[in-house]
Amino acid sequence: MGELIEIRWHGRGGQGAKTAALLLADAALGEGKHIQAFPEYGPERMGAPVQAFNRISEEPIRLHCQVTNPSIVVVLDPTLVGSVNVVAGLPEDGIILINTAETPAAVRERLSIKGLKVFTVDASGIAKEKIGRDVPNTPMMGALIKVTNLLDFTKMLEDNKKKLTKKFRNKPEVIAGNLEAIETAYREVKSE
Amino acid sequence: MGKTRVARTGNEAMAEAIRQINPDVVAAYPITPATEVMQIFATYVADGLVDTELVPTESEHSAMSAAIGAQVAGARTMTATSSQGLALMYEMLYIAAGLRLPLIMAEVNRALSAPINIHCDHGDTMGGRDAGWIQIFSENSQEAYDNLIQAVRIAEHSDVLLPIMVTTDGFIISHAMEDIDIYSDGEVRDFIGTYKPLQPALDYKKPITVGSIDFVDYYFEHRRALAQAMSNAKNAILEVGREFGSKFGQEYGFYEAYKLDDAEVAMVCLGSTAGTGKDAVDNLRKRGIKAGLLKVRVFRPFPAEELAARLKDVPQICVLDRSDALAATGGPLYAELLAAMFEDRADHTVINRIYGLGGRDIKVGEIEELLSSQVSAAAGGKSIDRIGYLGVRE
Repeated sequence: MGELIEIRWHGRGGQGAKTAALLLADAALGEGKHIQAFPEYGPERMGAPVQAFNRISEEPIRLHCQVTNPSIVVVLDPTLVGSVNVVAGLPEDGIILINTAETPAAVRERLSIKGLKVFTVDASGIAKEKIGRDVPNTPMMGALIKVTNLLDFTKMLEDNKKKLTKKFRNKPEVIAGNLEAIETAYREVKSE
Repeated sequence: MGKTRVARTGNEAMAEAIRQINPDVVAAYPITPATEVMQIFATYVADGLVDTELVPTESEHSAMSAAIGAQVAGARTMTATSSQGLALMYEMLYIAAGLRLPLIMAEVNRALSAPINIHCDHGDTMGGRDAGWIQIFSENSQEAYDNLIQAVRIAEHSDVLLPIMVTTDGFIISHAMEDIDIYSDGEVRDFIGTYKPLQPALDYKKPITVGSIDFVDYYFEHRRALAQAMSNAKNAILEVGREFGSKFGQEYGFYEAYKLDDAEVAMVCLGSTAGTGKDAVDNLRKRGIKAGLLKVRVFRPFPAEELAARLKDVPQICVLDRSDALAATGGPLYAELLAAMFEDRADHTVINRIYGLGGRDIKVGEIEELLSSQVSAAAGGKSIDRIGYLGVRE
């Protein structure tokens, strides 16, 4: 990837959209890329629709405007689909990755999506099973890497392990659970 | 020279710089979007990573008052604020400058009420532009970090001794994570050096009076000395910027010129928009339009001559102001840049004398003499300065 990649994350307040953007940026930095990660700030209510953004590039990033035409959209909460225009600004060949147990074909039909590459993964199901809570952001990162090849998956996993080890020193089960969730989502993400 | 590439938001970058500066005293009150700077710094204090006495106050007015007190006592002192917080400090900003205290402020640019708004514009910082504070704007997190480190040296420079604010753009920079290079603690501390206060009030062997009254007898002279310090800051800014460059790799001056040499049209702006503008310039050049950009880094002192000289050959100039002076005639950067450029291009000669500060009398003879000397200069007689003072003892 030589070009600037722009990503938009959709979630609900408290779901970890901002954290996911920060984690992805940090992982990309670990691979020597230039990065930006920032949330959209508005009324920060738990459960309200929120967005977060990434820019990733081989070159230094100078842009300081909003991301309006991302090539990749990640939806952390399937209930947003339909109430928020999650495909806004995506180009014809853009990628949309949705956290849902549905198949990409079913989502495409329900939302009458034309064009785009649609991917789905049951990140909430995976998170509940592996982490014990519905925190879909880390598994979604695994799925995102699979469908975009943005980063080296093994390196990203190592990077996450380091960071989680630092953050959850006294909760080793959280570390293992998160890493398993990322790997499972990487394997199970569905394409059309 | 050890650099570490890390991911930091503007607020984190500023907190990191403050940790490395390790000030004696920090006094602050939280306000969005600057809150995090102090929130993060407070964890450094709690973890014993700095020697700082952190004074949480009950308002920004008190924060600036406490900072002034600490600096008068002889402590290297810092604070952080934004928007309404800076506005509430307004009265004390002038006192910090008038007392010639090299206070250092991290200022996160945010719009002023009303209507209430937490997002970025430069209106808050512009409110402090006539207060005697040096003002440096940052394009990104890296510059916020670099500028804050340089600020210590500029403010404490023996020819300067003025308070300084380093600004970043609220949310756009303060809350956006970017990759930046952090220098080692040792190198930063070597660069900033130890603070040696000129006349610490706590030196009981040399008692001094601070904040005394100063009527028509000396007020003007003290304000004249303050103006001289701001003028001296220009050299100090360049000197520190050069030394920073030789030590850490990135040199800083009054401005950054981007593709300006052959530009037929150039935008001029402050802060984060300069980055976006550079991409716009590149796109315009691909379309065959010779665009360029001039980012003004230092707004106080205003580098009028240098900016005018750099833009001399650019026929079309577009000034972008992220604040409105409500002067009914454009924004503050536009007004000052236009004034700077007018000198060489106008058919008129417009000179300026600052007079009457603190109630100093102005007499009919002084006005006559001034105007007649201008007429005489225009006729080829003794030349006079364009900008100067009237009725002050130099």
